[in-house]
Amino acid sequence: MLEIKDLHATVGDKEILRGITLSVEPGSVHAVMGPNGSGKSTLAQVLAGHPAYQVTGGTVTYDGEDLLAMDPEVRAQKGIFLAFQYPVEIPGVSNAYFLRAAYNEIRKAHGDEEMDPMSFADLMDEKMKLVEMDDSMLTRSVNMGFSGGEKKRNEILQMAVLEPRLAILDETDSGLDIDALRIVANGVNTLKRPTNAVIVVTHYQRLLNYIVPDFVHVLAGGRIVRSGGKELALELEARGYDWLLEGAVA
Amino acid sequence: MSSSIESLVNREYQYGFVTDIEADTIPPGLTEDVVRLISAKKGEPVWLLDWRLKAYRRWLTMKEPHWPNVSYQPIDYQSQSYYSAPKSVTPLQSLDEVDPELLRTYEKLGIPLNEQKFLSGVAVDAIFDSVSVGTTMKKELGELGIVFCSLGEAVREHPELVRKYLGSVVPYSDNFFAALNSAVFSEGSFVYIPKGVRCPMELSTYFRINAEGTGQFERTLIVADEGSYVSYLEGCTAPKRSTSQLHAAVVELIALKDATIKYSTVQNWYAGDKDGKGGIYNFVTKRGKCAGANSKISWTQVETGSAITWKYPSVILQGDNSTGEFYSVAVVNNRQQADTGTKMIHIGRNTKSNIVSKGISAGHGQNSYRGQVKVLPKAVNARNYTQCDSMLVGNACGAHTFPYIEVGNNTATVEHEASTSKIGEDQIFYLKQRGLSAEQAVSMIVSGFCKEVFKELPMEFALEAQQLLGITLEGSVG
Repeated sequence: MLEIKDLHATVGDKEILRGITLSVEPGSVHAVMGPNGSGKSTLAQVLAGHPAYQVTGGTVTYDGEDLLAMDPEVRAQKGIFLAFQYPVEIPGVSNAYFLRAAYNEIRKAHGDEEMDPMSFADLMDEKMKLVEMDDSMLTRSVNMGFSGGEKKRNEILQMAVLEPRLAILDETDSGLDIDALRIVANGVNTLKRPTNAVIVVTHYQRLLNYIVPDFVHVLAGGRIVRSGGKELALELEARGYDWLLEGAVA
Repeated sequence: MSSSIESLVNREYQYGFVTDIEADTIPPGLTEDVVRLISAKKGEPVWLLDWRLKAYRRWLTMKEPHWPNVSYQPIDYQSQSYYSAPKSVTPLQSLDEVDPELLRTYEKLGIPLNEQKFLSGVAVDAIFDSVSVGTTMKKELGELGIVFCSLGEAVREHPELVRKYLGSVVPYSDNFFAALNSAVFSEGSFVYIPKGVRCPMELSTYFRINAEGTGQFERTLIVADEGSYVSYLEGCTAPKRSTSQLHAAVVELIALKDATIKYSTVQNWYAGDKDGKGGIYNFVTKRGKCAGANSKISWTQVETGSAITWKYPSVILQGDNSTGEFYSVAVVNNRQQADTGTKMIHIGRNTKSNIVSKGISAGHGQNSYRGQVKVLPKAVNARNYTQCDSMLVGNACGAHTFPYIEVGNNTATVEHEASTSKIGEDQIFYLKQRGLSAEQAVSMIVSGFCKEVFKELPMEFALEAQQLLGITLEGSVG
């Protein structure tokens, strides 16, 4: 469903991605790992279409379409979801209002009718249980005054409501205690479908104990320097990244 | 800021059309004879003509104020007309006689005057250039003793009330524009709510400037007698024209003992084009007096239009335990300038005032909050809370705050909080990543910012205000 070929991207004058090639099929879970500054988060942001990143080479197709030609909201409407590393606060806009607007926008893009507030409230009840959040989170402004863990859970709540085809989790595990980590992973696992795929961007192997990847890719210097199965993550945990980096930095 | 915030906001002003209707417009220029002519056209009594003439003579001695934080080409007061009326409107007996062209104009503005079609629960007085086109729901209101009509009609039907209260809050000598208005005011609305009556519907005046080269000088007078309540809405639009037009209105509110007046404005005058050409100069004096004990006056304004806005809806807190409120959203985009805020004058004991101001600046817009809180020596236990927030969209706009606080009684509590924030690329990207367009994202962020003010507006107005914000800011983000 997602084909990344020789992807290059810069932020400002700095080239961060230097030729990424990656293929993601429905039903699979890919982990993208790597040391700080390797380009993991950049890859996530570029796939979502953040305007601060310029794609300078390569192609990305999503269900056969040119992903890079799409506006971020079109990507979202077509089922791409980014769980942000640093979720943004929107003062004065309630979480429920925001979520319903997003949900309906995606429905409209698929030619479906908007869901009325009552039915949406029922849907929320169900999804809130998944991430073990209580109702007060719905009336609070988006991410305002949320703890780090609450913000990450809120991202997974949004993912649960929007039911993306391709979910990209950008260091969702950073700053989470073990309970929050379990909740987040449980949410992600419950949402797994044969038709959906997940890309988990993470620095540590820890999250991969809960969300088991089919493939692990190690990013260094803006390139994938090693791909393997889930055992690669364990090897990285044991040996660190250094042994892979030799020769990776051009 | 990247292209994503610069390219969102430029939808056309949708009320910029002109109604082609034959008008009775007096020649440009302002002299004592013009004042007499206006008064004669309206068939006014001598006392009112005398009042106008005193105002005119005082105006001649006054200078246009230049302390607001705005700049504009000098206004030539002799080059514009001070009276313009659609010919077909006078004399007007009922709405059935209104020129269909005018009715269509109001339909287009979303204000159907045809009563059957009208939203139940709102009575409307429609003012087109210098005259009132018609007032709806009069009969229903009349049964409760409520007077809601054009000011001209009130002068004829209720001269004692008009004479008693006209100029009692904003005297003709108050300021340059108020003096000008007092001399040449042509129309406006009048409301009187009798003792103990709670007005069962929203009262609304809809102002429309149509004629070219004319100013609009309306005057609104609202009197809430003891123990009464009224909620009043004011809306305004004007055609797109390349020359600027002056709008110098006066609004006076009087709340007697235990009375409450809630006054809401959604101001959407034409703002000029993106280079600042044309647009309305909105130089308005709005003031309310809490004359009796336990009275309350609440101003809510959403200012999205006008090339220049210069207004300070204020409350004189004379009665003991009286309350004044000011909730404001002011948006400037392109070359718009706004210098707006409020004055809360605490005179009585235990008086309270609450100020919430939200300023949004986009494009090259300049937005100033100017507020005065004055506690006089006898105002024991006066309390004021002021919250003044600014939001910037893009890098070329400005936000300014000028609070003036004078406290003459040491039992007073005065609080002032201010903040400035910026709509971030990251906020917009976050919302877009969830499927919302850039317009929806900005509109959502701005609505959230203005929430405390919007919740003060009556429901239909709140929706309109929210949409207007979206339109005004279009093109400021992309």
